[in-house]
Amino acid sequence: MDQYTLNLLVVGASFALYIGIAIWARAGSTAEFYAAGQGVPPVMNGMATAADWMSAASFISMAGIIALAPAGGYTQSSFLMGWTGGYVLLALLLAPYLRKFGKFTVPEFVGDRFYSKGARLVAVICLIVISVTYVIGQMRGVGVTFARFLEVSTDTGLYIGAAIVFAYAVFGGMKGITYTQVAQYCVLIIAYTIPAIFISLQMTGNFLPQLGLFGTYAPSGGDVAFLTKLDQVVVELGFTQYTSHTTSTLNMVFFTMSLMIGTAGLPHVIIRFFTVPKVADARWSAGWALVFIALLYTVAPAVGSMARMNLSTTFWPNAVAGEALAGDPISLEAINTDPNLSWINTWKNTGLLAFEDKNGDGFIQYYNDKSPAMEAIAAERGWTGNELTKVDNDMMVLANPEIAKLPGWVIALVAAGGLAAALSTAAGLLLAISSAVSHDLIKGSINPNISEKGELLAARISMGFAIVLATWLGLNPPGFAAQVVALAFGLAAATIFPVLMMGIFSKRINKEGAIAGMLVGLFSTAIYIFLYLGWFFIPGTNTLENVPANWLFGISPASFGTVGAILNFGTAYIVSGMTKEPPREIQDLVESIRVPKGAGAATGH
Amino acid sequence: MADNSKDNNAYWAANVRIILISLAIWALVSFGFGIILRPMLMGIEVGGSDLGFWFAQQGSILVFLALIFFYAWRMNKLDAEHGVEE
Repeated sequence: MDQYTLNLLVVGASFALYIGIAIWARAGSTAEFYAAGQGVPPVMNGMATAADWMSAASFISMAGIIALAPAGGYTQSSFLMGWTGGYVLLALLLAPYLRKFGKFTVPEFVGDRFYSKGARLVAVICLIVISVTYVIGQMRGVGVTFARFLEVSTDTGLYIGAAIVFAYAVFGGMKGITYTQVAQYCVLIIAYTIPAIFISLQMTGNFLPQLGLFGTYAPSGGDVAFLTKLDQVVVELGFTQYTSHTTSTLNMVFFTMSLMIGTAGLPHVIIRFFTVPKVADARWSAGWALVFIALLYTVAPAVGSMARMNLSTTFWPNAVAGEALAGDPISLEAINTDPNLSWINTWKNTGLLAFEDKNGDGFIQYYNDKSPAMEAIAAERGWTGNELTKVDNDMMVLANPEIAKLPGWVIALVAAGGLAAALSTAAGLLLAISSAVSHDLIKGSINPNISEKGELLAARISMGFAIVLATWLGLNPPGFAAQVVALAFGLAAATIFPVLMMGIFSKRINKEGAIAGMLVGLFSTAIYIFLYLGWFFIPGTNTLENVPANWLFGISPASFGTVGAILNFGTAYIVSGMTKEPPREIQDLVESIRVPKGAGAATGH
Repeated sequence: MADNSKDNNAYWAANVRIILISLAIWALVSFGFGIILRPMLMGIEVGGSDLGFWFAQQGSILVFLALIFFYAWRMNKLDAEHGVEE
């Protein structure tokens, strides 16, 4: 059976599974649509949260981002610590209390706690901006994965993906999404770890990638540590040492913090904790979510570094046993004839990898042509620049099974895994958007007397609209998809997280303080990002060039969420201090959410 | 009712104390060992790199896990002690 048929079979089977689950888990009430009827066991909710959280970026891109970072793999540790450390904040500071509060949406908590429709509206706006920007990347991810493995155009792939999400999200609501996400988690984690285990075995002799990363390098006989060997090889080729700290410490701290509090402030993650039966379950559930996330996140740095090593030794065969430059680089002839190297041409055809024999010597020299140290060597050997002209971050995970010569069904599984990661996150985001529209806008403001049935219908219609909007944005993405995600995290960090935390931990913060804080966080972060990345992401409209020398105190736009959060906290305290304290019943409400007893079922009122 | 709210205050104070201790550890392993204190831990070798690198790419995630489960377990005990469990 050829690879295409195999991909089609495995992906088709996984889709049939999702649709089957959707039919089984149809939502019959708003409680089921918004919060899966609060009946999801903590372990299952943990799995669903993990799938909800781990997007196309985690599954496809993250290992490559770490592996190929120009400043070295260590500097990208921010992603690993940031995207997991946020769960500690969720478990300790938000999830249990929001579950006790027992409503369906994040803006609803903000509106009730700060006794203000205005506060609720500001929260709805923040939520929609965050979720819509985030969902664009997911829809792109679905389209790209389809295009690569099923040989359809990216746009066709996007339509198919949107139709699948429509089928289970509109009918199943949170209930359908939750159980589909459990299945999607299983698919994606198997797809991620199987190739990783084989590569770790080949590279380090250790089947656990987490240990292999700190093990020894097996192909040369196992007498040198893997990371030492990797540092040696990349430095020899003129690249920055893999394990060293080469960027601003302050910026790394702020970036990590932004990702942590941004994670804790993402509405589609927070609402997952409304689905468990009890407050104690919300705490356990956060732990289980991190268990399932950590399974991928502790493997990712190993996958990345091993793929980087594989790439380097493929292009410099002598690097395996000795010094890379002591032998010839890979020859064009070998690329075209050696069956073990056929993946190079396969991936060249996808456009994710490109090479060019610039000096016409029949060899492909892969090195850092921007490194001054390499100039002398290049001049001496007649090199005219790096000839491996493109290695896309995304290739590192997607090509892994082929590089490691794993069977075809593993490749098909990776395709299904990439789709599962993108679809599960897209569904979670779409639910967050549709519940904000139907519950917070329609029921909360426009038509409070809407019937249960009417609200359920409104929820389904707004979900349908959200999918159409997301599909359209996926077809016509704004300027830079990656920067847009920076905005989503920055805004979640600067608006949602602080307002929720203050709502729980302070009885003194009042509606004036909360609204002022959210607005200051929203505008300071958005403006700082727009200054460097272009106003509303229109390329070429940026006021300042996006280079470290221009950044305020060396803080990059992606790291500014931390500053926005600090400004939000500060503003809220000052404004609240100058205005009237919240009414008695609000202070009682805060008292009651701090104590688990009496959570009961969530209500829509 | 008055007694009840007094006990609730004690419960909340205990909760905040546990949170502060947990967050101190959370910050120490990630921002501390993983980033700021890494130069001081350079001497401690871990498989081809140093302890700071291990904390940044593996260790902090494992500590985060332990922290959440510790918190869930400790809070369940605290809930029972104060009679506020569900």
